[in-house]
Amino acid sequence: MSVIAVERIKLFSTRSPWWCMIIAAVLTVGFAALTTGFLKGADEQQATIFITQPGAQLSQMVMMVMAALAVTTEYRFGTIRTSFQAVPQRAALLLGKTAVVAFLAGVIGLIASFGAWGIGSLFASNADLAIDTGAEWRLLAGQGLIFSISAVFAVAVGILIRQSAGAIAILILWPLLVENLVNLIPKVGDDLARWAPFANGSSFLNQGQDFGLAGPGAGGSDFALSPWWALLYFAGWAAALMTIALVSASKRDA
Amino acid sequence: MIEAKGLTKRYGATVAVDNLSFEVKPGRVTGFLGPNGAGKSTTMRMILGLDTPTSGEVTIDGQRYRDLHRPLTKVGALLDAKWVHPNRSARSHLMWMAASNKLPKSSVDKALDMVGLTSVANKRAGAFSLGMSQRLGIAGALLGDPEVLLFDEPVNGLDPEGIVWIRTFMHRLADEGRTVLVSSHLLSEMALTAEDLVVIGRGKLIAQSTTQEFVDRASGTTVKVRTPQLDQFAGVLNQQHLTTRIEDVEDQGKVLFVEGDLTTDQIGEAAAAHGIVLHELTLQRGSLEQAFMQMTGDSVEYHAHEEIAAVTSLDAPDAAEVAAGPKEDN
Repeated sequence: MSVIAVERIKLFSTRSPWWCMIIAAVLTVGFAALTTGFLKGADEQQATIFITQPGAQLSQMVMMVMAALAVTTEYRFGTIRTSFQAVPQRAALLLGKTAVVAFLAGVIGLIASFGAWGIGSLFASNADLAIDTGAEWRLLAGQGLIFSISAVFAVAVGILIRQSAGAIAILILWPLLVENLVNLIPKVGDDLARWAPFANGSSFLNQGQDFGLAGPGAGGSDFALSPWWALLYFAGWAAALMTIALVSASKRDA
Repeated sequence: MIEAKGLTKRYGATVAVDNLSFEVKPGRVTGFLGPNGAGKSTTMRMILGLDTPTSGEVTIDGQRYRDLHRPLTKVGALLDAKWVHPNRSARSHLMWMAASNKLPKSSVDKALDMVGLTSVANKRAGAFSLGMSQRLGIAGALLGDPEVLLFDEPVNGLDPEGIVWIRTFMHRLADEGRTVLVSSHLLSEMALTAEDLVVIGRGKLIAQSTTQEFVDRASGTTVKVRTPQLDQFAGVLNQQHLTTRIEDVEDQGKVLFVEGDLTTDQIGEAAAAHGIVLHELTLQRGSLEQAFMQMTGDSVEYHAHEEIAAVTSLDAPDAAEVAAGPKEDN
């Protein structure tokens, strides 16, 4: 698979992806240290795996920024044209990029979630942070899947928007604001929010978790689908957006 | 061989390339000539499958670029030297290009060596001067050892040393039997570089011929005559059915120009036969610039009126001076 090699060389031969990956990993682990490091007595005993993971969404955003930049910088510097010249099968090339970026995002997701859990176990050593339910495994290992799928999302948006600032704005505003604001629309708002893609991504992680200290409902309670269906639904959105992006990239002038 | 048939590209109401058909023959340097905004770059992007033609098609040895397998081994191109990530090293830039077409790593070193960038291969491309960027672009074009090479305005903005280097390089590539298509708006450059010309203006084909034919066809020779008996001599020549034109030339007063492919011998003999005093008798051969302006004059998209005046004052570089008498005479 030469396109994988191409995109691997491209990604690792500039510095910003390295920074994004380091920051993404450090953020989740650092937040876990903050949320578990100062717990005392009864509070410490109430700590759960869930509260070691608050930084994950932030890390997920950072990886989405990296994924979008992997495309938009190519448009900015014109290397996308050199790329299409070298590989005229644009969809294949862009899928190669998506695969590399999604794989790395997944790895970072796993490092972040298990790293945060490790730090949490170290700091809140009196709490029961053993991974012993399926839901807990889903929360930690699932982070890798969520990171990967959101990276696919980000690459697709990058291909469609072609411009760093615009793509990043959309990727940050959509999950953080738009999906929450639709709640305010009368009648349909609740349904829209329940069926929003990123809401289903977190629903996959949060269903059946012991929120412990964070209080019930911290991870949401209004889930449209069971965990694995929610993940599939989230992935479906990413796949649909990527399909549109690939068709668009193949048709538009580079 | 590159072959364009009825190639057309529209952007909304603007027609960038208009029903363009031409051929680029193998083993020669073909100049792709036209004023700025004539559609040269758009055409080159369509050749490389970057832009999709509105209608018509362009093929390389009968295949569309998008259907080529490992295209870098068939066509090398440098459209813009700035199409490099500024924080990526020259070597890494060539590395991913090589990987994309399954070229061996040794091809990268070979290409770097060919353009003389080996010593700076690990420096970031963003720190390169324009000349170095241009070399890196050429290294990318040569990576797959292709038969066909495309260069868009390769000497633009280069210093004289860089220009000579590129020019020599083009000749070397053609001598190796490759097909080279070079675009330029610099006509003198094309006269030195190209054997064939494809001339376009406002997206339309104006001429396709050898460079020599193009110059010969577009510009006949004129004979410049300075004489105190201006009107008398003009009358004599008109009687011989020659077209004359009297113009005010700066610092020289009124000057007589005789049109048509004449030699100075004929005019000189005519003057002697009628006892006309000549101060100057000069053969003016048309330059490529003149030929070009003459043919594309109507097709420049944004016309400045000064441009036309500037053309007439362009002196032919190889004008044969047959001055009769010292210039200080008037």
